[in-house]
Amino acid sequence: MPAQRDDSQARGTAPVHISVDRAYTDGPQHEVKIRARDVNVFYGDKQALFDVSLDVPEKAVTALIGPSGCGKSTFLRCINRMNDTIPGATVRGRIELDGEDVNDKAIDPVILRARVGMVFQKPNPFPKTIFENVAYGARIHGLTSSKAELEALVETSLKKAGLWGEVADRLHQPGTGLSGGQQQRLVIARAIAVSPEVILMDEPCSALDPIATARIEELIDELRHQYCIVIVTHSMAQAARVSQKTAFFHLGKLVEAGPTGEIFTNPRDSRTQDYITGRFG
Amino acid sequence: MTDAAPPIDKTAFRQGLEARLKKRYAQERRFRLYGQLAIVFALGFLVLLVGRIALQGYSTFIDYEVTQTIYVDPAKVDAADIGGSNFDLLVAEQMLAKLGETDDKLGEASGEMMGIISNDFGYQLLKRVQDDPSLIGRKVTLTGPVKADAALYYKGELKRSTPQDERKLDDRQLDWLDRMQASGAVSKGFNIGFLTKSDSTEPEQAGVLGAVIGSAMMLLVTAVLAVPIGVLAATYLEEFAPKNRWTDLIEVNINNLAAVPSIVYGLLGLAVFINWLHVPRSSPLVGGLVLALMALPTVIIATRSALKAVPPSIREAALGVGASRTQTVFHHVLPLAMPGVMTGAILSLAHALGETAPLLMIGMISFVPGVPEGFTGAATVLPVQVFIWENASERAFHERTAAAILVLLAFMIVMNLAAILLRRRFERRW
Amino acid sequence: MLTWIALLALFLFSGATYAFGRRKAQAMAARGKPGALHSLPGYHGGYVALWAGLPAALIVLAAALFGGRMEAALLRADSPAAVQALTDHGQAVFFDDARAMAHGTQASETIYEGDLRTAIEDKAVQAKRLQQLIQYGALAAGVVVGLAGLAIAYPRISPTFRARNRVEGWIAVLFIACAVTAILTTVGIVASLVWESWRFFQSVPPLDFLLGTAWDPQIAMRSDQYASKGAFGAVPLFAGTFLIMLIAMLVAAPIGLYSAIYLSEYARPLTRGVVKPLLEILAGVPTVVYGFFAALTVGPIFREGFNNLGGLLVGGPLNGLGIYLSQVQNQMALVAGAVMGIMLIPFVSSLSDDIMNAVPQSLRDGSLAMGATRSETVKQVVLPAALPGIMAALLLAVSRAIGETMIVTMAAGLQAKTTLNPLDTVTTVTVQIVTLLTGDQEFDSPKTLSAFGLGLTLFVVTFILNVIALRIVQKYREQYD
Ligand SMILES: Nc1ncnc2c1ncn2[C@@H]1O[C@H](COP(=O)(O)OP(=O)(O)O)[C@@H](O)[C@H]1O
Ligand SMILES: [Mg+2]
Repeated sequence: MPAQRDDSQARGTAPVHISVDRAYTDGPQHEVKIRARDVNVFYGDKQALFDVSLDVPEKAVTALIGPSGCGKSTFLRCINRMNDTIPGATVRGRIELDGEDVNDKAIDPVILRARVGMVFQKPNPFPKTIFENVAYGARIHGLTSSKAELEALVETSLKKAGLWGEVADRLHQPGTGLSGGQQQRLVIARAIAVSPEVILMDEPCSALDPIATARIEELIDELRHQYCIVIVTHSMAQAARVSQKTAFFHLGKLVEAGPTGEIFTNPRDSRTQDYITGRFG
Repeated sequence: MTDAAPPIDKTAFRQGLEARLKKRYAQERRFRLYGQLAIVFALGFLVLLVGRIALQGYSTFIDYEVTQTIYVDPAKVDAADIGGSNFDLLVAEQMLAKLGETDDKLGEASGEMMGIISNDFGYQLLKRVQDDPSLIGRKVTLTGPVKADAALYYKGELKRSTPQDERKLDDRQLDWLDRMQASGAVSKGFNIGFLTKSDSTEPEQAGVLGAVIGSAMMLLVTAVLAVPIGVLAATYLEEFAPKNRWTDLIEVNINNLAAVPSIVYGLLGLAVFINWLHVPRSSPLVGGLVLALMALPTVIIATRSALKAVPPSIREAALGVGASRTQTVFHHVLPLAMPGVMTGAILSLAHALGETAPLLMIGMISFVPGVPEGFTGAATVLPVQVFIWENASERAFHERTAAAILVLLAFMIVMNLAAILLRRRFERRW
Repeated sequence: MLTWIALLALFLFSGATYAFGRRKAQAMAARGKPGALHSLPGYHGGYVALWAGLPAALIVLAAALFGGRMEAALLRADSPAAVQALTDHGQAVFFDDARAMAHGTQASETIYEGDLRTAIEDKAVQAKRLQQLIQYGALAAGVVVGLAGLAIAYPRISPTFRARNRVEGWIAVLFIACAVTAILTTVGIVASLVWESWRFFQSVPPLDFLLGTAWDPQIAMRSDQYASKGAFGAVPLFAGTFLIMLIAMLVAAPIGLYSAIYLSEYARPLTRGVVKPLLEILAGVPTVVYGFFAALTVGPIFREGFNNLGGLLVGGPLNGLGIYLSQVQNQMALVAGAVMGIMLIPFVSSLSDDIMNAVPQSLRDGSLAMGATRSETVKQVVLPAALPGIMAALLLAVSRAIGETMIVTMAAGLQAKTTLNPLDTVTTVTVQIVTLLTGDQEFDSPKTLSAFGLGLTLFVVTFILNVIALRIVQKYREQYD
C-alpha cells in the first residue's frame, strides 16, 4: 500500500530497512482490523522489535512466520498488552484496534483482553472442570445473568470449537484430563466464550500430533469467517494452509508481508526467499 | 481507513463490562492492600520485637560504679582468721562514714547500705587482704558496682515518686544514692562485666560469659558430629545409593525427622544419652549430641540440594577420564558443592544455637556460676540463660534477659551473615 | 580426658602408618615398571592406616561410652547385706552415690550410717579400681589391636594388591553408616518413647491417660508414697494445646498466605529481594526470644487492655463480662497463641511462596489474557491450583504449633483446664513435659514417666501430620514437574 509508506515517511520515522506490507484485499469485507505503526519493544535494555508496521485484516487469518527468537510472540503480545505483565518490558509505537490505540490510557487492559482472546503454545486449561473452564470469562466479566444462559453459552462455545461432541457427557470432569488436542480446543472455546473480536494464537499446534493439528487447522479455517485471527507458526506449510495474509519477521524486524499466496510464490526480499525455501530457520 | 461500526450487541457488551470494571478494580486494590498489610504487619512485628528488646536491654550495658577508699581496720579484721571477718560490714560502715552517718546499734543503717552497694566490694577486699595480709591497718581503694536496684534508680527506672512501700529502696537509701552521686564517687561507664562475668545470684554481678562459652562448646560438639555425618550421609544418598525401597525409606525418614518437634529430641537425649549411656547431665557434650541429632536432617537436606545443583556433565567428565566414583565425588563434585554445603551447615548450626527446649530435658537449667569445666562439666548456654533469667523475679534480671537476647541475636546475625556472604561469594550459575 | 588423649594418640599413630604404607608402595613403584602398581601409593597408605587406627579407635570409644555402665553393673554384682535390705530405689541411689564418691561428682544428699557407711566407702574404692581397670584395659586392648592391624595390613602391600578397591570399600561402609544414623535416630526416638511410656502405662492405663479429664500429677514426697499418684488424664492438655494451636493458625494462616501472595504475585523483584531476607530473620529468631516477648510485653499489654475494657463495662448492661475482663491474667491462651502465630508467619509464607511459584506461569498468562485482573487470577486459578500444596504447608505449621515449647512454657500457664475461652489460662502438652522433667525429679515415678507418655502422643500426632503433608507436597511437585 504505497500511500501508507508515504505516510510514514512523511512523519519522518521511516524504518531504515525496507519493509513491504502489501494489503490482503480479497474482497471488500477485509478491512484493516489492527493497524500497527513503528512498534518497538524493549525487554529492559534489549530491543526485541524494531519499527514494525503491519496491517491485520478483519475476518481473515494472518500468519506471522520467521526464525525463532525473531519477535513474533513479542508482536502478538503487544496486541492484547500482555507485555504489560512482564516486568521491564516497554512498548513504543502505535497499535490501533478499530482505530483506537490499544496503549491509550483510556483503554482498559481488562476490556482490551476481553476483546482480544489469546491461545498459547502449550494448552493451559485451568485446574477446573471443562464447564468451568469455558465459563471462566463469563464469570469474571459477569456476562451472563442466569444459569441457563451460562449453560447455553458454554454449549455454543464448545460447539464452535468443535469439542461439544467429545465432552458433552463429561462437562464436570477436570479439563486437564483431556488429550492435548482437546485441551487446545477447550482453550479456544474458553477464548471465544467472551465473544472476542480478535483471536491471537501463539504456535497453537506446536505441542500437538499431526491429527490434532489438522483438527485445529480446520477449526481455524471455520473461525475466520467470524473473527480476525493472528497466528504465529513456525511451520510454513501451516501458514500456507490456514492463512490469507503472511508476515515474515527476521531479527526483530518485519521483512515483508502480503497475501499468503504472493509471499510464498513471489517473495520480494531475498531473506524471505531463503527462509521459505528452508535455507535458514 | 475508518473504524468499522461494531455490531450493536458488542457495544452493549462493552458497556456491561465497563459497568462492572470499577467494582472489579476496587476488589483488586483491596486484595493487593491485604497483601501489603500482611507484610507490613510481619515486618512491623520484627521491628517491634527487636526494638523493644533493645530498649529493654541496652541499659544493662551502662553501669554505675562507686570508688571508695577503705581503711582495713585491724580492730575489725582478724589477721589469724581473714576469711572469718565481715568485710561487707566493714565496707558498709565506711561508706556510711563517708556520708557522715554512723551505724546504729541494730546495724540497720549498714544493712541498708549493703542494699545499695554490691557485695562485690566485700569480696574484692577479702581477696586483696588474703593475698596480702600486710594491708591490714592500711587503706585500700576499691571500685565496684552499685546494687542492681540502685542502678535502676540512677537510670531513672526506679522513681522517687513511687510510694515508698512499692519500691525496693526506701527514701533514706535514695538520699544516700543522691549524696554519693553528688560527692563524685559514682561514675557511669560501659558494663564490661556483663560480657566478662558468668551467672550470679546478684543481678549486678551476673554476666553472659559462662553461657557464651557453654554455647560455643556445645555448638562445637554439634558441628563436629552433625556436619561430617550429614555431608557423608547426603553424599551417599545422592551419589552412590541405589534407588530402592531402603533408600526411599531413609529419604522419607529424613524429611520427617526435620519436622519432629525439638522437645522430642530432648526426651530422646534424656532416655538414651543420660539414663542409658550415662553421659553427664547438663554438659556441653550431651547438649551437643542432642542438637547434632536435631541438626542432622537439615544438614543432609541442604547438602543434597547443593549436590543436586552440580551439573551431571561434571560427573560424566570425571568418570570419562577414568576416575572411580569415589574419586569423582571427592575430587570434583563435593568441592563444587562445598559453598552450598557450608551455607546449609551454618544455617543449621545457627538454628541449633537458638534452641532451648531439648536442653531443658537434659538438665541444662541449673544455676552454673563460672565457665564450664570441660565438655563433661555442667554448663549453661545462652538461650537457656535467657530462660533462667526470665524466670527470676528481680526486675534487674529482666533487663539482663533482654541484654542476653541481644548477645544471642548478635551471634545469630553474624552466623546468618556469614552464610549469606558465603552464598553470594561462591554463587555459581551453570 | 583420657579418651581424648588416647584418640589423639591413635590418630597420630594411624597417620604415621599411612606414611609407612605409602613409602613402601612408592618404593615398589620406583623399582617396577611404570603402571605396575595397581593402586596409587596413597591408597596403600590409607589401607594400612585404616587397619591400624579404626578398630582400636572403636574399642576406645566403646569403653568411653559403655565403661560407666560396665562399672555400675560390676559394682552391683555383689552387694552387701546392708544394701540388699534397702528398697530397689534406695539401692540405685546407693550405688550412684558410691560412684559419685569415687569420681568426686555430685552425690545425692542421703546420709549413710553404720554398716551402710562402711559399705559405701568399700564400694567407692572398688568403683575407682573398676574404672581404672576398664580404662587401662581398653587402652591396652587398643594398643594391641592397633599393632595387630598394622601387622596384618602392612605385609599385604604389593604391586598387584587392590588397595584402592579395599579403601573405597571401607569408605562405602562409612557412607552407609552415616546414612543409617538418620534411621537410628528415628529408632532411638521411637524406642525410648515407647519403652518409657510402656513403663508409665503399667501404672496408668492408656485409656485413662488419653481420655481422662483431670490432670494433676502429684509430687510423691517420699519414695514409698506412690499411693498418692495423682490424676493423669491428658484431655485438658490436649484441649489447651488445641486452643493455642487454633489461635496461632488463625493469625499465621491469613497473614502468612497474604504475604506469600503479595510476594509471589505482586511484588517487584527489588521488594522481594528485601522482604524475603527480612522474613527469614523473623523465622530465625529463637523461640525463647518470642517467649520472652510474649511474657513480658504482649501479656501485660493484653491484660491491661482487657482489664481497662472490663473496667468500662462494669456497672453497665454487660456487668458480668466486665467483671470477668477486669480479672483476666497475663497468662492467657490468646497471648501465647498470638505470638506463636506470628512466629509461624514466615514459615507459612515461605512454604506457600514456594508452592505458588511452582504453579506454571502459563496458567496465569491464560487467565490474564482472558481479561481477568491479578486478584481474580490469584483467587480463581493460582490458589485452586496450589491448594493441595498450601494445605500441606498449613499442616506442617499445625505440627510446628503443636510441638512448639518455649513460647507456651513462658507465656501460657500451668493450670490444666478444658476450655475454648482464649482469655483463660491453659496448659499444653509441651509445657507439662518441661514442668515434669525440670523440677525435682523422682526417678521412675509415674509423674516423671508421664512426660514420656505425653512425648509419645506428641510424636505420633506430629508424625502423622508430617507424613500426610510431605506426601501431599511430593505429589503436588510431581504434578507440575
Ligand atoms: N520476557 C522476556 N524477557 C527478556 N527477553 C525476552 C523475553 N521474552 C522474549 N525475549 C527476547 O525477545 C526476543 C524475541 O522473542 P520472541 O518474541 O519470544 O520470539 P519468537 O516468538 O519469534 O520466537 C528474543 O530474543 C527473546 O530472547
Ligand atoms: Mg514464540
